[in-house]
Amino acid sequence: MGAAVNALLRKDLRLELRAPQVVPAMAIFAVMTLVVFHFALQRRAVAGELAAGVLCVTLLFAAMLGVSRLFVADREEGGLDAVLLAPVDRTALLVAKALALFAFLALLEVVLVPAFVVLLLEPALAAGALARLVLLLALADAGIAVVGTLVGAIAVETRARDLLVPLLALPLLLPVVIGLARAATPLFLPAGAGELPVRWLAVLGLYDLIFGLVAYALFDFLVED
Amino acid sequence: MLYGKRLTALALLTAVTVTTGFALAFFYAPMDADQGFMQKIFYVHVPMAIVALCGFVFGGIMAVQHLRTGEPRWDLRSYVAIHLALILGVGVLLTGSIWARASWGQWWVWDEPTLVSFLIVFLLYACYQPLRFSIEDRDRQARYASVFAIVAGAFVPLNFLAVRLAQAYVHPRVFATSQGGLPPRMALAFLVCLVGMALLYVTLWRYEIASKQTSFRLRALKRKLGGDDAVGDRGRSAAPSLTA
Repeated sequence: MGAAVNALLRKDLRLELRAPQVVPAMAIFAVMTLVVFHFALQRRAVAGELAAGVLCVTLLFAAMLGVSRLFVADREEGGLDAVLLAPVDRTALLVAKALALFAFLALLEVVLVPAFVVLLLEPALAAGALARLVLLLALADAGIAVVGTLVGAIAVETRARDLLVPLLALPLLLPVVIGLARAATPLFLPAGAGELPVRWLAVLGLYDLIFGLVAYALFDFLVED
Repeated sequence: MLYGKRLTALALLTAVTVTTGFALAFFYAPMDADQGFMQKIFYVHVPMAIVALCGFVFGGIMAVQHLRTGEPRWDLRSYVAIHLALILGVGVLLTGSIWARASWGQWWVWDEPTLVSFLIVFLLYACYQPLRFSIEDRDRQARYASVFAIVAGAFVPLNFLAVRLAQAYVHPRVFATSQGGLPPRMALAFLVCLVGMALLYVTLWRYEIASKQTSFRLRALKRKLGGDDAVGDRGRSAAPSLTA
């Protein structure tokens, strides 16, 4: 399975590298959302809970763009049929797509986090807090990637593709929102970055684990015939 | 072929249990010291919420069966289970809102985790019908709906955990699980109401399935007699069909 995952993942990344489409759109959308937050909240800077909320919402909504495009190229150009014809486990497609979405989200955050720190966050993020934020975002991204892959695979076969993605994904991702917002709040406190609350990391980890298993069990039924 | 066997007996039993439950709630259970008469809504709201949540999970279990066997009747069962739980869900949100208004003075309170979790679960399941509608191929529609039902079923407990943890302060509850909770007379009335609500759900579930099976059978017979022209278009429906 490793070889198949590798091939599929490299295909997705190479497509994005040759004709960048999804990641730039996500990044521009994310920065734009920060600007929207500046005007909508009427704040020059945010801290604490508000900062965690802004980061969380921006990440989530930008991720929706990536999720709704995740399977579109494969569906339209016959990539899904090719995977079904090839003698490989269909789980390979799930793993490759989830990893691709994870990579896209990581790339998005490379743009989003500095933009967020420069544009809105005050006081700026301490160097030590950055490592903790990276760990936290990795846990959240894993959850978004797994659930996003599942929802993307469902939505690509529906008539109103892009309509269903946020409808299905937002409620499913609410535990991630709760965990991310709660856990990120201490990092953005005006008094200086605090420790990550272990409880919320555990909730995010549990979420990733459970939905990883659910996706593993169910993905085969989404790519049949 | 007779559909809905023993449905009459079940319906009668339900009517009796629900009536008894409400009679007990109003005349036997003592008046709540804090909330007075308004607390009686507890006997409708909480059983309805428990039954609705169980209905969602039950729909997920039926969906597992559907994916394992591939038989359309399991899809029908899952569909009806979720459909009815959604209807109960509207009732839960309405009664919950009324209760919140009466006891806390506001129509909606964010610091009541159970109510908030229920809203999230309700919003998620509200997408079940749009999802079915937007997939035309019947086979795929059934399969995808089942995948959705299972994912959402797994989501229900996880969501309750996350929302529950997120509340720093929880309102004192009528149904305190740790300290023995309800006085015995209230508990009895509550239990009867819970059983009544569960029976009501089961009755409606079996009734709708019987009704759907009958109409499928009728269509099949009509088609046999008069050809395809005798049966009209199914119209706008995303309900599972037993006949292809």
